[in-house]
Amino acid sequence: MLRIENVNTHYGPIQALHDVSVEVKQGEIVTLIGANGAGKTTLMMTICGDPQATSGKVVFDGEEITGQRTSDIMQKGLAIVPEGRRVFSGMTVEENLYMGSYHRSKAEAEKTAKHVLELFPRLEERYDQRAGTMSGGEQQMLAIGRAMMAKPRMILLDEPSLGLAPIIIQQIFDIIQKLRDEGVTIFLVEQNANQALRIADRGYVLENGRVVLEDSGDALLTNEAVRQAYLGG
Amino acid sequence: MQSNKLYSAIFAAGITLILACLMIGVKLDTEGTQLAVRGATAEQWTWIGLGVGLVFLSQLFSAQIDAFFGKLPKPQLGKLLPEERKRATLKPWLIAALIVGMIIWPFMVSRGSVDLATLTLIYIMLGLGLNIVVGLAGLLDLGFVAFYAVGAYTYALLSMYFGLSFWVCLPISAGLAALFGFILGFPVLRLRGDYLAIVTLGFGEIIRILLNNWTAVTNGPSGISGIAKPTLFGLEFTRRAKGEDAQTFHDFMGISYSSSYKVIFLYLIAVLLVCVVVYVINRLMRMPIGRAWEALREDEIACRSLGLNRTAIKLSAFTIGASTAGFAGAFFSARQGFISPESFIFIESAIILAIVVLGGMGSQVGVILAAIVMTILPELAREFAEYRMLMFGLLMVIMMRWRPEGLVPMKRPHLELKQ
Repeated sequence: MLRIENVNTHYGPIQALHDVSVEVKQGEIVTLIGANGAGKTTLMMTICGDPQATSGKVVFDGEEITGQRTSDIMQKGLAIVPEGRRVFSGMTVEENLYMGSYHRSKAEAEKTAKHVLELFPRLEERYDQRAGTMSGGEQQMLAIGRAMMAKPRMILLDEPSLGLAPIIIQQIFDIIQKLRDEGVTIFLVEQNANQALRIADRGYVLENGRVVLEDSGDALLTNEAVRQAYLGG
Repeated sequence: MQSNKLYSAIFAAGITLILACLMIGVKLDTEGTQLAVRGATAEQWTWIGLGVGLVFLSQLFSAQIDAFFGKLPKPQLGKLLPEERKRATLKPWLIAALIVGMIIWPFMVSRGSVDLATLTLIYIMLGLGLNIVVGLAGLLDLGFVAFYAVGAYTYALLSMYFGLSFWVCLPISAGLAALFGFILGFPVLRLRGDYLAIVTLGFGEIIRILLNNWTAVTNGPSGISGIAKPTLFGLEFTRRAKGEDAQTFHDFMGISYSSSYKVIFLYLIAVLLVCVVVYVINRLMRMPIGRAWEALREDEIACRSLGLNRTAIKLSAFTIGASTAGFAGAFFSARQGFISPESFIFIESAIILAIVVLGGMGSQVGVILAAIVMTILPELAREFAEYRMLMFGLLMVIMMRWRPEGLVPMKRPHLELKQ
């Protein structure tokens, strides 16, 4: 579904990604783990076209999207939940959700909204509340819900567990699995490697802008090097 | 803590003394061909002394004063309003009553008040236009008057060179101002905050200087005079018809000529234009594009992650805001009959911006109220014309102290979800 081929990305003179190749197949949960500054978020952003890859190819659903504008890429059935949630804090939950369906008709959006609210009953309780007044977990749910409003076939999640309590993290990961069961392909970037690998079909390990390891989720969980580096021994 | 207070009170009093001495205490006078410096009269010195004392005391007891004002019951405006449901049914009636009132009103008051009301309506239009750019999209524009000037000159020039009528020029003015907004919008899209403010400020000056120096077309600083007044389906509001087959309004109606017909007619046009602007902008705010403006103000990265086209959204805010100013500009030049670059100086931009900020960023009702306050207050305070800027500053300080969110803070329209 998403194929990243030998992508190199630069920030000015600094190269952030070196020949990165990643593939995510339809219906999979694929996770990308790595330390701070390994280039995880950069890879996410490169998929979205900001920054553009200096070389290599990003193919989504058989169509090459490298070099396309971010706003165009995001309308092809791909959605991203950006790092740090980034909900519109002055807007209500409802308004936040409907920003996610900006390019869709109102009738379609209302249908999706109903579904999203079923998925996140919490958001229904807070429907008229300003997003900025909600807890971190609720905001993360809103961010995921907002991305869902575009009815994407694939969602990129950038650090959904960032700054959340363990019990909330568990809820978020349950939801991610639920989304997959509904047929949405998931590409998950996480620092919380333990949790991410447990729900992932496959995983990639990124180190200094290079993919150093690629295996099934279970295999990576038991891999000695990964345990040492990311799972705390 | 107490000594700290005393120190700041002495400091504030000292500053007041210095400023007052310079502004009121010393007077420049001509004595023959010489310039003479004169001190103030004893009475003025007493006033200065009193002022300094007042500042000293208010600083010293600022905590107590704040506590006193804090204790004063705040007016519960919310309670005056009927319930949500009732309000929804009342609203169309209230709006209708307001419009009818605005139409009948000019026939009962003096010419001067109608004229002032027309001016207020122009500022309402400008405020609403800038409100889109600054209040909703969060793009600080300090050169808004440029679009106003473009609209005004478009009508003035088209009317002078080609004899086009007001009604034909109105959309052209708005369109041309929108085009200028578009042209300005492109290069400044990447800028935000202070940088954007500087560029727009420069743009405002460029337009004014261009109008000033392009003497061959715009007549330069001497401006354009004798701009044709709007007509009512071809009926003129002059004493005698100008054109060959033109007819005047009073002849057509079979009544005697009165110059106040023209004033009232202009006022009614302004009412019509304001209604159109309010309606259109209100619709836009409820449409996805209106939400997108706000979303862009709040978080640009989130907007892009949702597939919103940043360029298109910013440009649309700039363009629509500018076209509103163009609208107002065309009407302004028709009303004045004379325009020159002097009408479009930076202080106009500042006043329009003050209207938006005072009114409460993004709030339409607030902007309308603020425009009324900002145009009528200086008229009421004519005797204090010298101290106009001082009062202006005082008003700003008071607002920032007690109502930092503006007169009527923005409340976003709600969608009811049908269960």
